[in-house]
Amino acid sequence: MAVVTRGFGGRRPASERPVPPGQYLTDDFPVLSTGPTPNVDAPTWEMTIRTEAGVEHGWDWAGLQALPAEDVTVDIHCVTRWSKQDTHWRGVPVDALFTEVETAAEFAVAHSFGGYTTNVPLDDLLDGRAWVVSEYEGEPLAPLHGGPVRLLVPHLYLWKSAKWLRGLTLHLDDEPGFWEQHGYHPYGDPWSEQRYA
Amino acid sequence: MEHAPAPLDGNCLAGPLAGFFTADVTVVTGCCRHCGDVAMMGASVVYRHPMGAVARCRACTAVLLVVVEHPDGTRVGMAGLAWWRLPVESGPG
Amino acid sequence: MTAWHTGQVVHTEPLTASARVLTLAVPGFSGAVAGQHVDLRLTAPDGYQAVRSYSLARVGADEVVEIAVDEVPDGEVSPYLVHEARPGDLMEVRGPLGGYFVWRPGDAGPVQLVAGGSGIVPLAAMARARATVTTHGAGLFRLLASVRTHADAFFPDELGQTEGLTTTWLYSRQAPAASSRPPGRLTRYDVETYAFAPDAGAHVYVCGPTGFVETAAALLVDAGHDVARIRTERFGGG
Ligand SMILES: Cc1cc2nc3c(=O)[nH]c(=O)nc-3n(C[C@H](O)[C@H](O)[C@H](O)COP(=O)(O)OP(=O)(O)OC[C@H]3O[C@@H](n4cnc5c(N)ncnc54)[C@H](O)[C@@H]3O)c2cc1C
Ligand SMILES: [Zn+2]
Repeated sequence: MAVVTRGFGGRRPASERPVPPGQYLTDDFPVLSTGPTPNVDAPTWEMTIRTEAGVEHGWDWAGLQALPAEDVTVDIHCVTRWSKQDTHWRGVPVDALFTEVETAAEFAVAHSFGGYTTNVPLDDLLDGRAWVVSEYEGEPLAPLHGGPVRLLVPHLYLWKSAKWLRGLTLHLDDEPGFWEQHGYHPYGDPWSEQRYA
Repeated sequence: MEHAPAPLDGNCLAGPLAGFFTADVTVVTGCCRHCGDVAMMGASVVYRHPMGAVARCRACTAVLLVVVEHPDGTRVGMAGLAWWRLPVESGPG
Repeated sequence: MTAWHTGQVVHTEPLTASARVLTLAVPGFSGAVAGQHVDLRLTAPDGYQAVRSYSLARVGADEVVEIAVDEVPDGEVSPYLVHEARPGDLMEVRGPLGGYFVWRPGDAGPVQLVAGGSGIVPLAAMARARATVTTHGAGLFRLLASVRTHADAFFPDELGQTEGLTTTWLYSRQAPAASSRPPGRLTRYDVETYAFAPDAGAHVYVCGPTGFVETAAALLVDAGHDVARIRTERFGGG
């Protein structure tokens, strides 16, 4: 049992709604990084989906903007124990990217500019459960928060919502991403507190 | 103004890696698997993400080492290092 | 094996309007070398934890940890340490840590210290350790310390009269009337004027906010200092 430090509270508001176990609410949006912030301009941004058969589907900025976007209000949960309620995003449901993708894969790996990766079961990206977002709180998504485009998978811990998205690869087997290779949970459900493998 | 958390020096790996090796890791010399740069770990560039510390090569920014302090024990990934060399006399640790 | 020790605040002392010294009693803590740091772990009553690193301001006495903390506005831990912590409070301490950014009394040759803001803390520990060396072997120390104003300087009186040390304060926002240098950030001119010349072969220690450290190290290299002799300690920040 850790020693409690009198008078130390961090800076955390109280929650009116339940938060996942072991989580604390924050009003901030902490910026966490594992490397230099990639410098990607929206006009030159591109992403691809590559299937297990090696077939590639690509989008550039204009191509992404041409897809039907949605406004999304969700709670987000970071495994480092902060949660943030009612965050507002705008983006394209991942389903819209898959209309022409033929795959038997059950798993996806999201790839970021800068080299970050994270694995997510393909089903968790579909059926309106995940978005490719380019706006946060009514503004273009800032580079610090993953702009120009990041993945948003709000029902999983936030490390699954890859920042600086540059593509998805599809796989027949689950392939651990960056943090998953270092012992974090392959799935990462905050409500069952799947922090570590 | 909001800004990205700035990186630190490899020196700050001493805490997360304390007790992992008998030598003080910050004075261990390592070779980057990606570009071959040879330097003490204390000279690497460390992003202290709360999920784990990520030490990058000072020359090419490739990931050298990742330290995650799991509740059931500290876990170190060293896939980015070709080799490590202990100093002849290890520092305090 | 360096594990978490329980430390108890035994003394606090204001240093500037935004900084103070904290002294902790830490049973089991020993063998610190100047330049090393500790990790502090604070736990709120509901279990929330935060870990931050702080350099040792002074080494020598075992089972005592002396740190000097500058408040980062809106920070999570430093405002607590500067304004709230008081004698009797408990926190966990891991250390002493780091063998790379250190100076040992046996190290030969001149030493150039370059500090930005609270980055002066581990460098002051080195200067204090140097002052305790009585043999003639120890090289001379010079300290270049960048601070916003005179009121933001840590330990100005002591560092003005430490044995073997020459200190130059560089003011970035507002300089005292007596100062001939106009206020401003560290420049190549400062490095060439106040630091040891590259051919003196000094070991160089640079410490402070990450942006300061990167700028200062680049200026030193531009001025001809050997990269292999420059060691840095980045404190973080933008
Ligand atoms: C090896 C090491 C030794 C250190 N020694 C000392 C020391 O002796 N004295 C001391 O006062 N500090 C020292 N620091 C810095 C210290 O660890 C904390 O980063 C600092 O006190 C801020 O913590 P916080 O929780 O208040 O701020 P956080 O809540 O962590 O950060 C709040 C905001 O301030 C920014 N920020 C974080 N750190 C800094 C910084 N250092 N300067 C400016 N902005 C920052 C963050 O990016 C963020 O935007 C050291 C750091 C390291 C790595
Ligand atoms: Zn390299």
